[in-house]
Amino acid sequence: MACFLVPMTEAIVATVAKKVIEKKEKKAGVQTVTSADGFKMEKTPFSQKLGWLNKMLWGGSALLAFEHVWHGEVVPYFPFLTAAGEGPEAVSEMLHEMATAGVCMAAIVTVVWIGMLLVSKSLEKRALKALPAVK
Amino acid sequence: MTLLVTVFAAAITTAIWYKRQPDSSMKLGVLCWMFWGASLMWLIDAIFEYAELGAAYFTPALKDMANDLFLGLSVVALALIIWIVILLIRDPKGVLKAKLLKKKE
Repeated sequence: MACFLVPMTEAIVATVAKKVIEKKEKKAGVQTVTSADGFKMEKTPFSQKLGWLNKMLWGGSALLAFEHVWHGEVVPYFPFLTAAGEGPEAVSEMLHEMATAGVCMAAIVTVVWIGMLLVSKSLEKRALKALPAVK
Repeated sequence: MTLLVTVFAAAITTAIWYKRQPDSSMKLGVLCWMFWGASLMWLIDAIFEYAELGAAYFTPALKDMANDLFLGLSVVALALIIWIVILLIRDPKGVLKAKLLKKKE
């Protein structure tokens, strides 16, 4: 009914957070990591990693919003959400769907993103260890 | 069916993105993220529907399947439009910029 609003809200928060972190990172300069052999590698900034989450959340909720338009659950005129004009029962059902499916959607995207963070961190570590061999 | 179409789109786009690396001038990453994000969200939708319908979820009526396929293809088309718009606005190869700002001799 309006489950896409939950990941969309998270996307707004994540976008603002990305802007703030980006500014801080610019001030701090480029972060590098040094291996035991003295090799320096540029680290992928966290703001860029947060961008992955942003793109997944924005892209997913945009395509989901389209699906809701397709099914007539979202309309281009007030009150925009069909359920909002159908009485308190429909509103309650809509809120329930947002609290269950919507929250789960936002959570699964976030969990996958956290998984990607962990994988990228281990890849960075591995690449750093492999550097002397490349030399 | 919509989930299936989106997952296929996500997998194909990711494979093309991987093959083209390190060249990212086509901004294929945007398309990958979009499809994967939507796929994850539709996966949750599918799980909730399965919890409600049970095994009947896997045997949809032909009419519903056709409608879902139509929706899936429309979703892919919308994602491609969004991607093209982003590509043209960012213009990583400077093609539009070169076209619009032709130097006068």
